[in-house]
Amino acid sequence: MNIPSELKYTKDHEWVKIDGDIATVGITDFAQSELGDIVYVDVDTLDETVEREEIFGSVEAVKTVSDLFMPLSGEVIEFNEDLEDSPETVNSDPYGEGWMIKIKISDSSQIDSLLDAEAYKSVIGA
Amino acid sequence: MKKTALTHIHEALGAKLIPFAGYTMPVQYEGINIEHETVRNNVGVFDVSHMGEFLITGPNALELIQKVSSNDASKMVDGQAQYSCLPNENGGIVDDLIIYRFNEEKYLLVVNASNIDKDWDWISKHNSMNAEMRNLSDDYSLLAIQGPKAAEAMQSLTSVNLSTIKFYTFEVADFAGIEHVIISATGYTGSGGFEVYCKNSEVEQVWNKVLEAGKNYGIKPIGLAARDTLRLEMGYCLYGNDINDDTSPLEAGLGWITKFTKDFINSENLKKQKEEGVKRKLIGFELTEKGIPRHDYDIVDNDGEKIGTVTSGTMSPSLRKGIGLGYVPVEYAKTGSTINIAIRKKSIPATVVKLPFYKG
Repeated sequence: MNIPSELKYTKDHEWVKIDGDIATVGITDFAQSELGDIVYVDVDTLDETVEREEIFGSVEAVKTVSDLFMPLSGEVIEFNEDLEDSPETVNSDPYGEGWMIKIKISDSSQIDSLLDAEAYKSVIGA
Repeated sequence: MKKTALTHIHEALGAKLIPFAGYTMPVQYEGINIEHETVRNNVGVFDVSHMGEFLITGPNALELIQKVSSNDASKMVDGQAQYSCLPNENGGIVDDLIIYRFNEEKYLLVVNASNIDKDWDWISKHNSMNAEMRNLSDDYSLLAIQGPKAAEAMQSLTSVNLSTIKFYTFEVADFAGIEHVIISATGYTGSGGFEVYCKNSEVEQVWNKVLEAGKNYGIKPIGLAARDTLRLEMGYCLYGNDINDDTSPLEAGLGWITKFTKDFINSENLKKQKEEGVKRKLIGFELTEKGIPRHDYDIVDNDGEKIGTVTSGTMSPSLRKGIGLGYVPVEYAKTGSTINIAIRKKSIPATVVKLPFYKG
């Protein structure tokens, strides 16, 4: 199971890459593997400010659907539109081309509450 | 949790195993889409040994079967199989099943794993004519070898000419070095192929030889997830989803297996229902916008009022769109009607279509 050490994580199996006040968000390798073939990423909160742990969208696999939760409070400033045509990228490259949204972080103190790779590893029992 | 005789093999293949109907079953090996395509285009093999098998024998076997099942089993000849259901006394369905006729005094009933105990008790309760019943469920394994290349790929394993076994007929013959295997031209995928029944002690050899024989045809092991998308593309009912103790076979579009040429449990009421017409119907629908319907989502009219419930739904791997089955009042059931599926906060339009979704 690939868990890059430079990223932050949530217990909801999302990864977060912090770059100044911008956070890039996707789902982990573990999450994509549990979901199976992903066929649809639905983000309906673009340009909205959403609180931490609120739902910003959903990811649909053939057999199941799962909510996507904000890892940090902020404005959803970008959605990876390439996923509209090729949602399977989330399966093949979850930490790269399969990123989902970018957030303009509204409260940087929340960053400390994110998990590091070691802590996430213990969440999934890896 | 029960295991099939092949669970250790599925584990070794890296399958994702889930509890299903009391059994540990492989839900996926490589990926649902690739497994789905393998069955549509080539050939795949499923371990569906969780299914239940009851042997009904003796001079009163047919009388019992006629009493508990909705289809007319007296029309079968030796070597024929028949899809049927067990109606209950309240207008619903105890289970759907396949009945195999070996001879006029020997029949095999193949039932859903989740209903083995319920069906056994139900049929036993109505066995006033004392037909002999044996529950073989724990002794027999079932492999479904499905796909357009199944006959060609498996031909080297048997002396029977597989291409001559007609749909819904079967042979008892040698297969993969085992004698007396039931080779049945049936399945739950709509892509053709066979279901083979053998003893638990024999199934590992059969599985291995099936994979070996299918190698040059691109055979893959297929999990329950793809089994579900394959059956749903065909509009086949799944017990527990699309049919249950409260759905009438007539509402479910199973009028073709509900034959009033004989009496059976609740046939009077079902006959009356047929004459008066049903109030709701199981329909197939395709979403006309992006989205995926799921089991238990609401079906709503254009004003957002609930008119029904989705019983099965998925993204169709073959059609690349959201498809589903659900019950709606008859006035919405016409092909071409527009309905809406409530998917979270949205209402996504859908069109009622003729089944199957996948036309091959």
